[in-house]
Amino acid sequence: MRNSLFVLLAVLAAAAVYAAARIVDNPYVFFAGYVVLQFVVLATAWNILGGYCGYVNFGSAAFFALGAYTTVAMVKFPALAAKYLPEPLIAVTNLIFPLPIPVLILFGGVIAGLVGLGTGYLTLRLRGVYFSIATLALAVVLQTLVVNWDYVGGSRGAYVVRPATTPFFGIDYMEYLFLMMLALSVATLAAARSIERSRLGFGFAAIRDDELAAESCGVPTLRLKLVATALSGAFMGMAGAPFPYYIGFLEPSSAFGLAYAVNSIAMPMIGGTTSWIGPLIGAVLLGTLQQLATVTIWSELSLLIVGLLLIGFVIVAPNGIVGLLETLLGRKRTEPARAADAEGKA
Amino acid sequence: MTAPLLRVENVSKRFGGFVALDNIDLDVAPGERLGLIGPNGSGKSTLVNCMCGTLHHDTGDVSFEGRSVDGLSAHERTRLGMARSFQLPRPFASLSVADNLRVPLLYTGLHRSGAESSSGELDDRCHDLLGLVSLSHKAHKLPRDLTQVEMRKLELARAMAADPKLLIADEAMAGLSQSEVKDIVSLLIRLNERGVTIILIEHIMTAVMSFSQRLVVLVSGRKIGDGKPDDVIRDPEVERAYLGQ
Ligand SMILES: Nc1ncnc2c1ncn2[C@@H]1O[C@H](COP(=O)(O)OP(=O)(O)O)[C@@H](O)[C@H]1O
Ligand SMILES: [Mg+2]
Repeated sequence: MRNSLFVLLAVLAAAAVYAAARIVDNPYVFFAGYVVLQFVVLATAWNILGGYCGYVNFGSAAFFALGAYTTVAMVKFPALAAKYLPEPLIAVTNLIFPLPIPVLILFGGVIAGLVGLGTGYLTLRLRGVYFSIATLALAVVLQTLVVNWDYVGGSRGAYVVRPATTPFFGIDYMEYLFLMMLALSVATLAAARSIERSRLGFGFAAIRDDELAAESCGVPTLRLKLVATALSGAFMGMAGAPFPYYIGFLEPSSAFGLAYAVNSIAMPMIGGTTSWIGPLIGAVLLGTLQQLATVTIWSELSLLIVGLLLIGFVIVAPNGIVGLLETLLGRKRTEPARAADAEGKA
Repeated sequence: MTAPLLRVENVSKRFGGFVALDNIDLDVAPGERLGLIGPNGSGKSTLVNCMCGTLHHDTGDVSFEGRSVDGLSAHERTRLGMARSFQLPRPFASLSVADNLRVPLLYTGLHRSGAESSSGELDDRCHDLLGLVSLSHKAHKLPRDLTQVEMRKLELARAMAADPKLLIADEAMAGLSQSEVKDIVSLLIRLNERGVTIILIEHIMTAVMSFSQRLVVLVSGRKIGDGKPDDVIRDPEVERAYLGQ
């Protein structure tokens, strides 16, 4: 299937999801759906590095938080400008700010992508569990920095007031955020899918399977790993950028929450890491399950469910739900992809 | 003699206190078919690793087409035109046999010839290469579904997919039947006739002798023979150190 066709179908699917959510006509659907979509983006982003390249990132929460705190920094900027900038610049600032959500998503992506690039650079020569430990350390360092940075609220946290209106026909703000996250999900999934059978994707797969052999096949492994850490980090940051508006009050412990780190690993692993659809399935399934557990039983339970499921899948079905289905249907992994390619050419 | 394609000068490599390569000098002329023999552990694979950038030698210099490649990483050397197969096959386990070939095709072969690889052209090249090593029927299989012998063929095909000027085959024929060895040797000779310089590391003497225009012998990290195959194997020192074992 061509990439453009995929995007078209994904947009149609997203439109259907949105229509369904509107038909239900319950604000809670947007509220909970936003979280599920946020996990779709996080899981897909994690999978670009973890699934495609085989580098397990324990620090997803840090990239998510980077996006969120970039937004906080932007929201706080006019106040800072009013204090220190000369009058004409303040006027300009007030004209530009507050920034619309799509711009904030872009900023969050750029900042988290740059940090991803830096992380990649520092950890280039680390493999396996050492890389993972380094990402964990990164999360700790960033959280410490944020806790001690007063401008973004420090350990006390920061309030982010939602605008009274939205640019889209004055729909409810939560609905607007849901739509933004829906669009971001489509973009992230389309990016992940377009990587899969591209030159980049084959390079990533070669790195995942055998870096030495990849090098000897001409794959610039170090450079490709930088691309992967930057891309993965950028999408995670984008997922976090609208979060302060969603939650209204952002504190370090919520932005750097364990739930993000755990879910971004668990969702692709449970769904399946070899293709874009695995993280999507994992995120929708686990995300929905956790939202249900949160309202029906108690929110702490949701992480427990995720943990148990993850253990179960790692033992019973290491290739996730997608791998399980493929085995059940008796199909070889690569044949559907080839058939899809042939269609694309025809 | 024309300028060498590959020049190895004074290359030494130690692992801890163990000297794996001891001041190796070796010139390989463009278009040459070179056989490299030596007992197990004599340093043949280590020499390949140093040539191709998988390992860094301690002293000496390796140059390719007249320029030093010592500062280049393995993938840069591959892109310059040096490709090798690994003695123990290292296929990309999650990629199909055909996709294993796509990796070097995407990153070197078609890349170097300048043409932006259309997917059809890529498929054709994959198909050709698989045909050359008679693996077409396994194109969509995963490496784990291959036999040892097929794995070696894939390893060789993947090195060929990089469209090399110099191909180094590190014991690509171990375990192959006699007729398969013949097939691979004639395949390598055909490749050589198309201008590819080849270094063949092999224990199967019939293969080495029918393939090589020149023979180099390593023993304990030292080069003890270099010349016409028939002369080299009759050299008393070679006989004593190697064949007489
Ligand atoms: N990475 C390594 N670390 C330590 N010793 C090694 C390493 N690679 C090879 N050796 C040693 O170097 C010697 C030469 O090995 P090798 O080049 O593989 O020989 P050959 O290919 O001729 O059989 C052997 O004794 C081997 O044990
Ligand atoms: Mg060897």
